[in-house]
Amino acid sequence: MRFEPRGKVSILWSYASPILAIALTILGTGAIFWALGQAPGPAVYTFLVAPLVQVGGLSALAVKAAPLIMIGAGLALCYRASVWNIGAEGQFTVGAIFAGGFALAFPDLPGWLLYPGTLVMGVIGGAAAAAIVAALKSELNVNEILSSLMLTYVAQYLLIYLVTGPWKDPKGFGFPQTAMFSDGATTPIVVEGTAVHLGCVVAPIAAIAVWALLSKAALGFQLRVVGEAPRAARFAGFSERRLIWVAMLVSGGLAGLAGMFEVTGPIGQLTADISPGYGFTAIIVAFLGRLHPIGAIFAGLLLALSYLGGDAAQIDLGLPNAVTGIFQGVLLFFLLACDILILYRVRLAKPRGKPVGAAA
Amino acid sequence: MFNQTTVADGPYLSLRGITKQFPGCLANNRVDLSVARNEIHALLGENGAGKSTLVKIIYGVMRPDAGEIVWRGQSVTMQSPAHARRLGIGMVFQHFSLFESLSVVENIALGLNDPRDRANLRERIVEISRKYGLPLSPDRTVHDLSVGERQRIEIVRCLLQSPRLLIMDEPTSVLTPQEVEKLFETLRRLASEGCSILYISHKLEEIRALCETATIMRLGRVVANCAPSERSAKELAELMINAELAPPSRSRRILAEGAAPRLAVDNLSLKSPHPFGADLKQITFSVSPGEILGVAGIAGNGQSELMDALSGEVLADKPEAIRLDGVAVGRSGPQARRALGGCFVPEERNGHGAVGAMTLSENAYLTASARGALTRFGLIDQARTVDFAKEIIRRFDVRTTGPKAQARALSGGNLQKFLVGREVMQSPGLLVVNQPTWGVDAGAAAAIYRALAELAENGAALVIISQDLDEIFLVCDRVAVIAAGRLSPPIPVKEATIEQIGLVMGGAAARIVSGAVAKEHA
Repeated sequence: MRFEPRGKVSILWSYASPILAIALTILGTGAIFWALGQAPGPAVYTFLVAPLVQVGGLSALAVKAAPLIMIGAGLALCYRASVWNIGAEGQFTVGAIFAGGFALAFPDLPGWLLYPGTLVMGVIGGAAAAAIVAALKSELNVNEILSSLMLTYVAQYLLIYLVTGPWKDPKGFGFPQTAMFSDGATTPIVVEGTAVHLGCVVAPIAAIAVWALLSKAALGFQLRVVGEAPRAARFAGFSERRLIWVAMLVSGGLAGLAGMFEVTGPIGQLTADISPGYGFTAIIVAFLGRLHPIGAIFAGLLLALSYLGGDAAQIDLGLPNAVTGIFQGVLLFFLLACDILILYRVRLAKPRGKPVGAAA
Repeated sequence: MFNQTTVADGPYLSLRGITKQFPGCLANNRVDLSVARNEIHALLGENGAGKSTLVKIIYGVMRPDAGEIVWRGQSVTMQSPAHARRLGIGMVFQHFSLFESLSVVENIALGLNDPRDRANLRERIVEISRKYGLPLSPDRTVHDLSVGERQRIEIVRCLLQSPRLLIMDEPTSVLTPQEVEKLFETLRRLASEGCSILYISHKLEEIRALCETATIMRLGRVVANCAPSERSAKELAELMINAELAPPSRSRRILAEGAAPRLAVDNLSLKSPHPFGADLKQITFSVSPGEILGVAGIAGNGQSELMDALSGEVLADKPEAIRLDGVAVGRSGPQARRALGGCFVPEERNGHGAVGAMTLSENAYLTASARGALTRFGLIDQARTVDFAKEIIRRFDVRTTGPKAQARALSGGNLQKFLVGREVMQSPGLLVVNQPTWGVDAGAAAAIYRALAELAENGAALVIISQDLDEIFLVCDRVAVIAAGRLSPPIPVKEATIEQIGLVMGGAAARIVSGAVAKEHA
């Protein structure tokens, strides 16, 4: 078997590749379950289907998917501009800290001021964390992959410091957490009787807004050009610096927004452990969604399912929660591998050296 | 290995029915070719005719889908370039594969298949370079060498293997006219000693001067075999492009006396951002309305640096270094210069002048968004952008499926027509074009020349940076030469000769003397 260049991008395979990757991931995950001593069929069912069909399954999916979609759409924009922000987890955390800090500082503000203030603070927090990366890259040419990743750990330790130190709830029995936020600073539930909160509605809207920015606006065009052909961007006179800032601030702001929704919604307070790695999983979301903000909606739902499946595998099959990470890793692996089909076609090996004069 | 008793008189190399299919393109369609002993054989064709594919097949880089290669009477299947070299076939590629930071000897040693060949390598290099008139100092580092010298390394590397057939792919595109003449002497000498030469080019005069026989290819097929010296360049060109060429006519415009220059460059010095680039040194020139200034020179003497400085991709150290219609723009970026009427077409199409993965209408928007008023409230005005792209396609006869086609799906000539069209249709006051017809077929080139001349007639100032002297003599009013980052004072084209310009290109003199003076000295 060998790969032969197609000479152009296959439109068919740019859509079929993620579907094939998902299919291979299901097979691969089944094989791993089998190796762990589980019957592969039922185990895959428990992991991927059961969470959806049980009571409250779809609501749980929406809640898990919201931060993934928000962050994934932002990262898609960022990556289209070839700005490799992999520190969305940190921006998520700083957004949560800013929002949580505001909510704790002014618990008695009127609701019309408190909640929007919290929301804006979340965006500012994420954008501020991203701004450090943007400044380092545009002014000092520091590689954003390293700086954004390292700042993630800074953000996490900052959070741990705050919830175990100055912001610790005095009535919290020593747990590393703040007081619960006041009602006015809590994200409202939009579907009565479920966990579906405002963030679940904002996430797809944010993804559509990012799509519009990328495909309709002059600014989005510049981001795409700088990502696709930096010399052409320079030739056209687009400022690379400015575009680095735009990409980082948008993706950081969205990550911060996701962090804000998470702590003011499902969690309701700041704790030392506010994210099961949403910021990192969103990298897979962005790529699985073809770096297309709308694709991030679908990819976000699938990856959210892997979190639910991980819980189910732990409870029903007695498997470690690491199954989620394995599923996500296997998915990213197959996704990148299947992408070769977009530019190459598979040819089964032919005997080398045809008989001469075959065409005559 | 294999029997060498065959054929003393038959062809050294013959190809029968060579066919090679690429996705979407039949690069070679049942090509027959034969090269006799002692023969210098031309393989002639436009860009994209399939010449390079054919020689890569001969040299074992690619395998044909069908057809036979007969080498000295034996049918062979070339396994690899190393196999071809063992059989006595050498090739000098258009793009050299040399390590800049290594010496001449080290580079040649690295290319040898057999470590035993490294014995006495230095002596053998000196001997061969002396014997064939290829002066080369074995211990110099490659990055200090001119392109002509680098090419000599590649030739010597081939000759060390005592080839019986030497393939040269577009060898003169990087040489001065004087270097070309020296190369031809070497090649004639090699041929007289029994080494056949397959010479690939699209330069007709060279082929007429050098080659005994020619095989002409078009769209993957052989369309003619002839003796080039018996045909005129015009006849050869018509065979090559299958169309009658209208003689290029151009009325020499009478320049408005005393008109203020549209572009004035004053003492522009710039360090090249590339490690082996040429720094611009005190460049001074001006271009009047309606004038076309040609900048001749061998690649790598500061052309791309000059282009970047004029377009604003690289800023000058002071605003007064570049004036556009009197406005000092040396420190202003590309968008400010475009707003003042400066338009630009860089040498590299994909990735610089255009984004290959984007559609033609997106590429139209790329540089025309401001002058074409294609942005409304921060959004791309899709309708106007598509209309603009369609208008370029129509007026410049761009062969494509439409404004939604990806730029990289277009052939070089078509994309170049689109990019020139994109700038011309913005009615610039100044247009700077780097290598306007590089890799472009003759038909497209003629269309581009027409558009450029028309623009000048309407009062724009044009700067054409080109390695092709014929082009400069055809299109330009004045010519200056860029060599090692310095620009000679421009002189009128009608007072210059190709020989003088060639001498300056090679760095022989710091300035061009006018034709009249040169004749007195002769």
